[in-house]
Amino acid sequence: MNAHDILLGRLDATALPWHELLLADTRLEVISGIVGLSAAIIAVAGALLVATALTWRRLWGPLWRDWLTSVDHKKIGIMYMVLACVMLARAVVEAGVMRLQQALGSGGGGIVTPDHFGQLFSTHGTIMIFFVAMPFLTGLINFVMPLQIGARDVSFPLLNSVSLGLTAAGAVLVMVSLVLQPFSTGGWSGYPPFTDASFNPGAGPDYWIWAVTLSSLGSTLTGINFTVTIYKERCEGMHMMRMPMFCWTSLCTAILMIFAMPPLTVATGLLALDRYLGFHIFTNDGGGNVMMFANLFWLFGHPEVYILILPAFGVWNEVFSTFSGKGLFGYRALVMATMCIAVLSFTVWVHHFFTMGQSTELNAIFGIATMAIGIPTGVKIYDWMLTMYRGRVRITVPMVYGVGFLFLFVLGGTTGVILANPSIDYQVHNTLFLVAHFHNMVIPGTLFGMIAGYTLWFPKAFGFRLNDCWGYRAAGLWIVGFLLAFFPLYILGLMGMPRRMVAYFEGAWLPWTLVALTGAALIVLALLCLAVQLVVSLRNRAELAVPVGDPWDGRSLEWALPAPVPEWNFPALLVVEGRDAFMELKMKGDHLDRPRDGFIDISMPRPSCVGPVVGAAGLIAGFGLTWHIWWLTVVSLTVIVAAMVARSFVRETHRTVPAAEVEARWNAWRTLADASPRIRRRDEQRQANRGHAFPAAREGGE
Amino acid sequence: MSSRHPGLNLGEAHGAAHEAAEKEVFGFWVFMMSDAILFGLLFATYVVLQGNTNGGPGPSDLFEIPSVLIQTVLLLTSSLTAGLAQLAMKHALGTRRIVIWLLISLALALSFIALEVRDLLTMISKGGIPEASGFLSAFFALIPLHGLHVVAACLWLLALLGQIARYGLDDAVKTGMLRLGILWHFLDIVWIGIFTIVYVGGLA
Repeated sequence: MNAHDILLGRLDATALPWHELLLADTRLEVISGIVGLSAAIIAVAGALLVATALTWRRLWGPLWRDWLTSVDHKKIGIMYMVLACVMLARAVVEAGVMRLQQALGSGGGGIVTPDHFGQLFSTHGTIMIFFVAMPFLTGLINFVMPLQIGARDVSFPLLNSVSLGLTAAGAVLVMVSLVLQPFSTGGWSGYPPFTDASFNPGAGPDYWIWAVTLSSLGSTLTGINFTVTIYKERCEGMHMMRMPMFCWTSLCTAILMIFAMPPLTVATGLLALDRYLGFHIFTNDGGGNVMMFANLFWLFGHPEVYILILPAFGVWNEVFSTFSGKGLFGYRALVMATMCIAVLSFTVWVHHFFTMGQSTELNAIFGIATMAIGIPTGVKIYDWMLTMYRGRVRITVPMVYGVGFLFLFVLGGTTGVILANPSIDYQVHNTLFLVAHFHNMVIPGTLFGMIAGYTLWFPKAFGFRLNDCWGYRAAGLWIVGFLLAFFPLYILGLMGMPRRMVAYFEGAWLPWTLVALTGAALIVLALLCLAVQLVVSLRNRAELAVPVGDPWDGRSLEWALPAPVPEWNFPALLVVEGRDAFMELKMKGDHLDRPRDGFIDISMPRPSCVGPVVGAAGLIAGFGLTWHIWWLTVVSLTVIVAAMVARSFVRETHRTVPAAEVEARWNAWRTLADASPRIRRRDEQRQANRGHAFPAAREGGE
Repeated sequence: MSSRHPGLNLGEAHGAAHEAAEKEVFGFWVFMMSDAILFGLLFATYVVLQGNTNGGPGPSDLFEIPSVLIQTVLLLTSSLTAGLAQLAMKHALGTRRIVIWLLISLALALSFIALEVRDLLTMISKGGIPEASGFLSAFFALIPLHGLHVVAACLWLLALLGQIARYGLDDAVKTGMLRLGILWHFLDIVWIGIFTIVYVGGLA
C-alpha cells in the first residue's frame, strides 16, 4: 500500500468534477460533463459566497455563539428549516434538469448521460426525503410544539443539537458528492444487488449509505426527544386531550420515527457490511437474500411516508381552524384518525413490492390494509371542511395552499387506492403513474403543508409577517406548476412509460413530457417567488412587524407570547384550563397573565459545542468511509466518543436568567401591546396589524 | 407519587435526582425501544438467512456450547452485580460498596468479551468467516453488534467511575447509573435471545 492509498484512500483525480468532461467523446457526454461541472461550480461558489459574506460582516462569531452552539429549540428549529430550504433549491433544480432531459430525450440524446441521469434521480429523491421534508418537519415541530404545550424547551436540548448536527452532516455529504463525484445511481431506495460491490464498486452507493445513515440516526434521536417532551413537559392542565392537534400529529410522527428509523439503519448498515467486508446478506450469491433489503427498507419506507404527512396534517389543523376563526370540528375524531394512521402505517409495507413474487394472499392482505388507511384520512378531510363551514373564513396565503391541498390530496389519495389493488399495481408498477402518485401526496400534502406552516409561524419566529402579494404568487405557481408537472405523468404511466427513463423512442410520449417540463418551469418560478417574498418582507419588516405576537387571531399558547419569543418562552410555568387555551383568554378580553407569584430567576441550558462537533465528526467519518480513508474515519469516530465522555463530566450545564431581565422584557411587551390597536380580521393583512388580535368569534357581538 | 418511571426508582429520599430521573430514565427506556427494534430486525435477518450455509460450515461445525454457556453465566452474573450496585446507591450504603459492585460487573463483562472474541477467532480459524455464507454473514452482523454494545456499556461504566472519583455521588452520577443499569439488563435480554435463537436454535 503506497502513501496515497493510506492518506487519501481511493480518492483520486477521477473524482474531480471535470473528469467526465475530460473523457467525453460524444456531444452528449460533453454537454453532460458541462452540466455536472456547472453544478460543482455553483456548489463551491455558493459556499464561498456565504463564507465571504460571513467574514465581511464579521458574523462567524455570532453564528457560532448564537446559533450553531445554541440548544434553544426555537433556533434549532429555524436552522433545520434553513437547511431544508437550501437543499430544496438544489433538488428542485435537479428535477428541472430531469424534466428537460425527458423532454429532449425523445429519440435519444438530450443533455445528460444515462449515468448522470441516474445520479440526478438518486440525489433528487434522497435529498427531498431526507434533507428537505425531514428537516423541514423536524424544524417546524421543534419550533412550535414546545410553545404549544407550554414548555420551556424540549426534554433533551443538547440531544436536539446533536440530531441537527447529524442531519446536517448527511446533507453536506450529499453536497460534497457534487464536487467529489459520483453519487449513487441506485435511486433513493438504493436496492441491491444493483448497489452491491460486485455491480457498483465505486464511491457512489457509499455516499448514499452514509448520508442516509447519518440522517437516520439524527431522526431516531429526534423522535425520542419529541416523544419524551410531549409526555413529560406539558404544563399544568395541558391534558393529552387538550393538546393542539399539531402536538398530536407531532407525537405520532415522533413515535413513528422511533420505530421506523431503526429498520433503515439496519438496512444501510447491512448493505455497508456487504460492500465493505464482503458479507452476503443482500447479495445474489453466497446465500444472501435480496428480498431482505426490500422488506427492511420498506419497513422504514412506509411509516416514513406518514412521518412526512402527519406533521403537515398538523399544520392543516392549525391553518383551517385559525383562518376560519373556529375551533377544530371533531377534535376527538381527528386524534383517533391520527393514531389509526400511525398504527396502520406499519401494516402496509409490502405494497411497495407487490410484483416481487410473494403469494397472492399476502398481496391481498397488504392491499386491503393499504386501502383501509383511506378511511381515517377521509375522516380528516371531512373534519377540515366542516371546520371551515360557517366560520369566519379568510383566504390568506396558507389557506390558498390549504384549499389546493384539499382538492389535490384527495385526487392523489384516490390514485393511491387504485395502486393498492395488486392486480392494477402489476400493470402500472415502476411506471410514471407511481411517480405521479407519490408526488401528488408529498407536494400538495407535505410541501404545501410545510410552506403554509412557514407562512403561519414566520411572524412568531421573527416578529414580522411575510409579504402577502408574493405569497399568493408563489402559491398560485406551486398549484398550477404542480398540476402541469405531475398530472401528465399519470397519463404517461398509463401509456406505459417506465420511471427513471433517460431516453425513449415512443413519439406519443413527447407532448406530455413537454407539458410536464412547463410545469417544472412554473415550480422553479414558484420557488423564486418564495425567495423574493423573503427579501421583500425583510426590507419592509417595519411595516409588517407584529411584535405583540398574535397576527392571525391564534388559538393556542404560542400566540399568547411576544414575537419573536424570548429564549425562556414563558415567564412562569402556566396552568391551562381547556383546549384552545389562548382563545379562551381572549374571549374574556384577557391576555397571558403576569406570573401570579412574581417573576423568578429562570434556569436555561447553556450553549454547547457538542452538537456541531459531533455533526462535523460524523460528516468526516462518512466522507472517510466513502473514500476508504481509514485513518480519517478512526480519528473522527474517536472524536465523537471523546466528546460524549467529556460532556458527561460537565456539570455547569445551565445558566440563570435573572428575574429582573424577564420582568423588563415582559413590561416592555405589555406596554407595546396596550399601545397597539386590537385588530379585526378584515384588517389582518394590513399594516395596522401589529399582532394584537380581536377575536373573530366576538366580532358579530359588537 | 413515589414511582416516577418504570424500573428501579431512587425514591423520595434522593430529592432532585429522583425528580430529574423521571424524564431522563423515561427517555432512556424509549431509546432502548428503538435499540430493541434494531436487534429484533437483526434476529429476523438471522432467522431468514440461517439455512443459507452455501456449502460452508454450519452451526454444528462452529458453535462451542460450553464456552457460550460460560459467557452466558458471566453476563447474567454481571447483571446481578450491576443490580446490587444500583441497590447500594438507592439505599445509600456508601460509595465504596457501589464502586466495588461496579468493578465486579466490569470485570465480568470484560471476561465475557474476552471469551466471545476468543470464540469468534476460533470460528474464523475454522473457516467460519462472514464471506463464507448468508448464515455466517447474519451471525457476524448480530453477535459482534451485541459485543460492541457491551464494550460501549463498559466505557460508560468507566466514565461513571471517573465522575464518581471527580464529583462523588452527585445527581448526574445517580441518574447516569440508573440509565446504565437499564442498558446493562437490556443487553442481557438480547444475549438470552442470542443464546436461545442463534446458539441453541442453531444446534437444535
